[in-house]
Amino acid sequence: MQIKADVGKCQGYGNCVDLDPEHFDLDDDGVVVLLQPSVGEAELETSGAAVRSCPVQAIWLADDDA
Amino acid sequence: MRDRAPGRILVVGTSVGGIRTGQALRAAGHTGEVVVVGAEDVTPYDKPPLSKQVLVGSQTAADISLLGPGGWSGDGLTPMTGRAAVRLDPVGKQVILADGEPVDYDAVVLATGAFPRSIPAPEGDLVCTVRELRDAAAIRERFSRGGPVVVVGSGFIGAEVASSARQLGLDATIVEALPEPFARVLGPDVGARISRLHADAGVTVLGSAAVARVESLADGTGVVHLADGRRLPAATVVVGIGVVPGTGWLEGSGLDLGFGVLTDEFCRASGAPDVYAVGDVARWLDVRSGEHRLVEHWTNAVEQANLVAHNLLHPDDLRPYVKAPYFWSDQHGLKIQMVGRIHPDDRVSFLRCTTTAGDKDVALYSRDGGFSAAVVLGWPRAVVACRQAWERGEDLAQITARLSALATATVPVPVG
Ligand SMILES: Cc1cc2nc3c(=O)[nH]c(=O)nc-3n(C[C@H](O)[C@H](O)[C@H](O)COP(=O)(O)OP(=O)(O)OC[C@H]3O[C@@H](n4cnc5c(N)ncnc54)[C@H](O)[C@@H]3O)c2cc1C
Ligand code: SF4
Repeated sequence: MQIKADVGKCQGYGNCVDLDPEHFDLDDDGVVVLLQPSVGEAELETSGAAVRSCPVQAIWLADDDA
Repeated sequence: MRDRAPGRILVVGTSVGGIRTGQALRAAGHTGEVVVVGAEDVTPYDKPPLSKQVLVGSQTAADISLLGPGGWSGDGLTPMTGRAAVRLDPVGKQVILADGEPVDYDAVVLATGAFPRSIPAPEGDLVCTVRELRDAAAIRERFSRGGPVVVVGSGFIGAEVASSARQLGLDATIVEALPEPFARVLGPDVGARISRLHADAGVTVLGSAAVARVESLADGTGVVHLADGRRLPAATVVVGIGVVPGTGWLEGSGLDLGFGVLTDEFCRASGAPDVYAVGDVARWLDVRSGEHRLVEHWTNAVEQANLVAHNLLHPDDLRPYVKAPYFWSDQHGLKIQMVGRIHPDDRVSFLRCTTTAGDKDVALYSRDGGFSAAVVLGWPRAVVACRQAWERGEDLAQITARLSALATATVPVPVG
């Protein structure tokens, strides 16, 4: 799976980084940065939890070919 | 050992705690039925925007849905909405709905959140609270007729309502019974800082201002009478004086209740098997302190939803809830984020940190060199560091070093 982000929607709440620092970070302006967009099978639970923890649905998972 | 996952999981409550639990169960591969019971007959929606974007009109109900793009079925959840749960029978393993229908469960997750406290109010909708979508819609409608707005209580929701009112160009006053507004949650020093933020944005902030009564006038507006005789005209009165956990329907069920559903560190309710609680209704055992705690923040509900989904599906690998308390609030364009837990006798120090995005202020609360809490103004990156530091039990020196590493310069500034 691939992580997608709508940086315009991100509000810097940081929940994604807290749960999944391997894939997400914040820049100085408090906007999400994708460190690594691709998510392997073993990481799906953690990255999925990060996606569900975003209060403004600025991040989501998409199939690799999407 | 093989995990024994329960077959039919019932979730009571359709807000963020309940819906995220259902979604997390599916994400973790649960194949049994997930039934979600909810009192409200609307698409599950998120609450933080109700005092912010929804009040000012930049978001509508469609923008704040908690369901995925495929709705209930896409999320694999079976809804039973528009009917409140009125009774839990943990022996028969049933929840009884308002119309008398019993719903069987193998395991049940209680996510009935909290209900707002209010003050004695005259007939009509002059005096409002904001908890549900319909509350926000009613306030928005009243705001469209003009101000002034009087907010009772200087908690976060009230502060956000005042901020939204100003954004709409309405006069707004916050009245707080305690002498120092915002101090109950933030302490007096940071409270003073937030009072200034509101004053600068044109909000009148009154401390030692207890409400004696609210009078309603024939034209639909009213007057807020303070205990000291002051009278404040109000087109709308919004009360934000805290909430009461939604446990009324659980009285007599045998569960241990005490301003919330008491649970162990795994969010399993005490007093009955296969009952879990998450979010604003759960008073969980904090293993760090040995005390039961109830946290009324969005992120707590989501983290507990994830945790309970895991614990339901992996009874042989139970995880305790140990995350840092965290919330955000948006007021007058400033993002206020708080991590940790403030003690009344904490020392507060302010740091001004220079970053590529400008100067940022952080208030650090400490006791005997230990790091209790941080309030961060407009610097989300620092919040991530504070959460990590808090969860690892780092001390004041360590969190200060982390913040310095994120900034090009860090200087202490006077408190307040
Ligand atoms: C206006 C507002 C703004 C907020 N802003 C922020 C913010 O900026 N940051 C932050 O961290 N937190 C914020 N919060 C707090 C956050 O929204 C809550 O912590 C969160 O909603 C808790 O979720 P919950 O699912 O536990 O409970 P709730 O959201 O209270 O939901 C409980 C659900 O259970 C249902 N229910 C109750 N009783 C029954 C019953 N007997 N039978 C069936 N269903 C029942 C209710 O209808 C509701 O759907 C805000 C809250 C409000 C109200
Ligand atoms: S959780 Fe959402 S809003 Fe918060 S930083 Fe991540 S993407 Fe941005």
